[in-house]
Amino acid sequence: METVMAFVVGGLYAAAVYMMLRRSIVKLVIGLVLLGNAANLLIFTAGGLTRGAPPLIAEGALLPDGAVADPLTQALILTAIVIGFGVLAFAVVLIHRAYEVVQAVNMDKMKDTDT
Amino acid sequence: MLSAVLAGFVVAACAPWLAARLGARTGWVLAVLPLALTLYFASFLPRIAAGESMLFQYAWIPGLDIRLGFLLDGLSLLFALLISGIGTLIVIYAGGYLAGQRDLGRFYLFLLSFMASMLGLVLSDNLITLFVFWELTSITSFLLIGFNHEDKTARASALQGLFVTVGGGLALLAGFVLLAQAGGSYDLSMLLSQGEAVRGDALYLPLLLLLLLGAFTKSAQAPFHFWLPNAMAAPTPVSAYLHSATMVKAGVYLLARLQPVVGGTMEWFWLVSLTGALTLLVGGVLALRATGMKRVLAYSTVMALGTLTLLAGIGTPAAATALVTFLLAHSLYKGALFLCAGIIDHEAGVRDLREMGGLRRAMPWTATASIIAALSLAGVMPLFGFIAKEALFEAAVQAPELGTLLTVVAAVGAMFAVAVAGLVAVRPWFGVQATTPRTPHEAPPALLLGPLLLAALGLLFGLWPGLAEHGLLAAAASAVHGAEVVPALALWHGFNLPLLLSVAGLLLGLLLYVQWARVQALLQRLPLERYGAERAYEALMTWMVDVAAWQTRLLQSGYLRRYIFITLATLLLVSGYALATRYPVWPALDISDLRFHELVIALVIVLAGLAAVKARDRLAAVAALGAAGFGVALLYVIFSAPDVGITQVLVETLTVILLVLVLFRLPGYVNTSRGVIHVRDALMGVAVGGLMTWLLLEARNVKLFPSISGYFIEQSVPGGHGHNIVNVILVDFRALDTLGEIFVLGLAAVGVYAMLKLRAEDRR
Repeated sequence: METVMAFVVGGLYAAAVYMMLRRSIVKLVIGLVLLGNAANLLIFTAGGLTRGAPPLIAEGALLPDGAVADPLTQALILTAIVIGFGVLAFAVVLIHRAYEVVQAVNMDKMKDTDT
Repeated sequence: MLSAVLAGFVVAACAPWLAARLGARTGWVLAVLPLALTLYFASFLPRIAAGESMLFQYAWIPGLDIRLGFLLDGLSLLFALLISGIGTLIVIYAGGYLAGQRDLGRFYLFLLSFMASMLGLVLSDNLITLFVFWELTSITSFLLIGFNHEDKTARASALQGLFVTVGGGLALLAGFVLLAQAGGSYDLSMLLSQGEAVRGDALYLPLLLLLLLGAFTKSAQAPFHFWLPNAMAAPTPVSAYLHSATMVKAGVYLLARLQPVVGGTMEWFWLVSLTGALTLLVGGVLALRATGMKRVLAYSTVMALGTLTLLAGIGTPAAATALVTFLLAHSLYKGALFLCAGIIDHEAGVRDLREMGGLRRAMPWTATASIIAALSLAGVMPLFGFIAKEALFEAAVQAPELGTLLTVVAAVGAMFAVAVAGLVAVRPWFGVQATTPRTPHEAPPALLLGPLLLAALGLLFGLWPGLAEHGLLAAAASAVHGAEVVPALALWHGFNLPLLLSVAGLLLGLLLYVQWARVQALLQRLPLERYGAERAYEALMTWMVDVAAWQTRLLQSGYLRRYIFITLATLLLVSGYALATRYPVWPALDISDLRFHELVIALVIVLAGLAAVKARDRLAAVAALGAAGFGVALLYVIFSAPDVGITQVLVETLTVILLVLVLFRLPGYVNTSRGVIHVRDALMGVAVGGLMTWLLLEARNVKLFPSISGYFIEQSVPGGHGHNIVNVILVDFRALDTLGEIFVLGLAAVGVYAMLKLRAEDRR
């Protein structure tokens, strides 16, 4: 399954990069969302995929029953998802505000500070 | 020894304060320091003359193997005495020359710092220390050339000198590093015995070229000779000190110092001696072409530096003798001549040779000093310059290769020197009294002391060569050659080839002097202003600025997509190269554990991603984005990450809502790019995506360090008292991370709120 996941990650990266190279700031935001998903999946897959063994410990036990999925990558991704959302929310409002000021979503027209 | 070198810097720092209090007497007071240093170094003379060499070491940066070591042998002592001795005279002279200038304190600050740096340069045992002092002399020289900083030419000349010498200094540093690798040490005292190993090293040629580049730029060898005459924008004491007697000889010092280590090969001989010969000829021709007295002297200094380099290239015992003899003779007479030129400028107000004449009646003492020094320059018996010239001829005749060519060059050089001597010491003093801007009068004692003493020393050493030879020159020549040398300097060697050449040079030189006006006019026609080395320098500088502007336009375009493109291209190149070279085998594509529903989800994610790209309007794009996000969440859940899955679902929902709410207040899509651009960006996307796939496939088989996950699993209950390991990591083991995350979210929330509120107030 890791092999398939590698291609999923590649596909998401490709879509993200293409969108980030566009002039429209809206497409840039969509690209960023895709990029976030791609990066999270990359870390998740790199840590190894395990089916049906979440990193939980039964009540009263000291250790999980048998091998479990890597908890560290999950913790990292959890942080990344939340931070990513914070940044996205900020970016989206910022873009909207910028649009109100310069009346453009084309980044080429946002380039000059004089407008 | 350490305090002797550093004293200059300390006194330099006090100089402005002293100058403000002492006024015109500053020169006499400050001269005590170089005088004391001269006496201190002179106290080593008996031991050095007896063949000893001394090493003083102080730990500086022990971790990097950099010691503050000072090596005192014949060569460094000769230089140290010249620097401190001539330094004493210059400090006194400058006091008279710049009397009444408000910047006198600043001048002494630079001059004494320079003196200390130069002393450090010639005494350093460690290559890195030597380099530091080397650059310090470049910087102080820059400050001194640009001393009259309100003058545009002075500023340009100062920059030019700095660029040329510091550019060479960079090459020198690289050369030092290679030299230390080849010779196994940064200490000259160690390297001097490692000549065999260095010359046999695979990197010998590159390191030689780098070292020579450093030495040649510093010593104004052709084609880098142009900065030296321009450096004459400095006040005359500086020209006399830095740009004839000491700093420009730093390159020659380096050649002489390293000759036992890197010299003696065919590469060395050809490169060094031919560069020297070329410089000699170029300097001679340009000296006769110029009309300003200081410029003529500057070009004749270029000529002398060429001679010294030529001698360093030959590398025989006779050449080593000639090198140190010529060096001493040149410092004495050229220093004196420059100081006399300064006096004429100062007391009569003329600089152009064509406007001078008959001044000897007004300033007899200056004329005397100048004429004695010029006779030494011309190489007339019985002055020290004659002995130096004889030694030069003898070394050229005995050269292992190219003997005839080098002899001819040396003889032509002697001829030029005679003509220059006539120009600077006959023209101003004899003939019809010229009218000068100021009524000429004799200079005060502070100005006269230097030239008279230097000229007298030239005469003394000429009449009694044994004094200089047994005192120091024999030891210096031995240090240059790397083995004992017995010079046997004398005024009279009998009738031989060198004497014949001397006489011929003298006669031809006189002829050249008599015909100077015609020769000068003829040489003036050379189109050097249009095709000279200086034009090449200027073209290079312009080109550098153009390249900087071009690459700034290219890299700093102001278009975000170009920045992203360049960043990604770099990523592709660097990571792709690293992957391809370290893991050349394509990883096996193992799909044995594939489940159908997982494959479907994977396909949905990829297709949703593509749909988000291809979507014609924003609603479709956001919907596709949501589909991809929920697909990812499902994968998290399937592969044992329920917490991550839940978070992803929540965040994805919020993201879609946010995008729908905000983005729809913005105008719709407009296609602004051409088809080619779309294809190019798509190719970039596929390339980056492919790279990430490749990276991930390889990463699965690479484990550089053992995972720390095991620790978290073991310590979750006993250490963190929690049964959900992921939660324990977030709130316990990596709690600070989570705290940081909360701060980021808080800041983002504040920002969002502020922007929304701002808009509301705008509307009101």
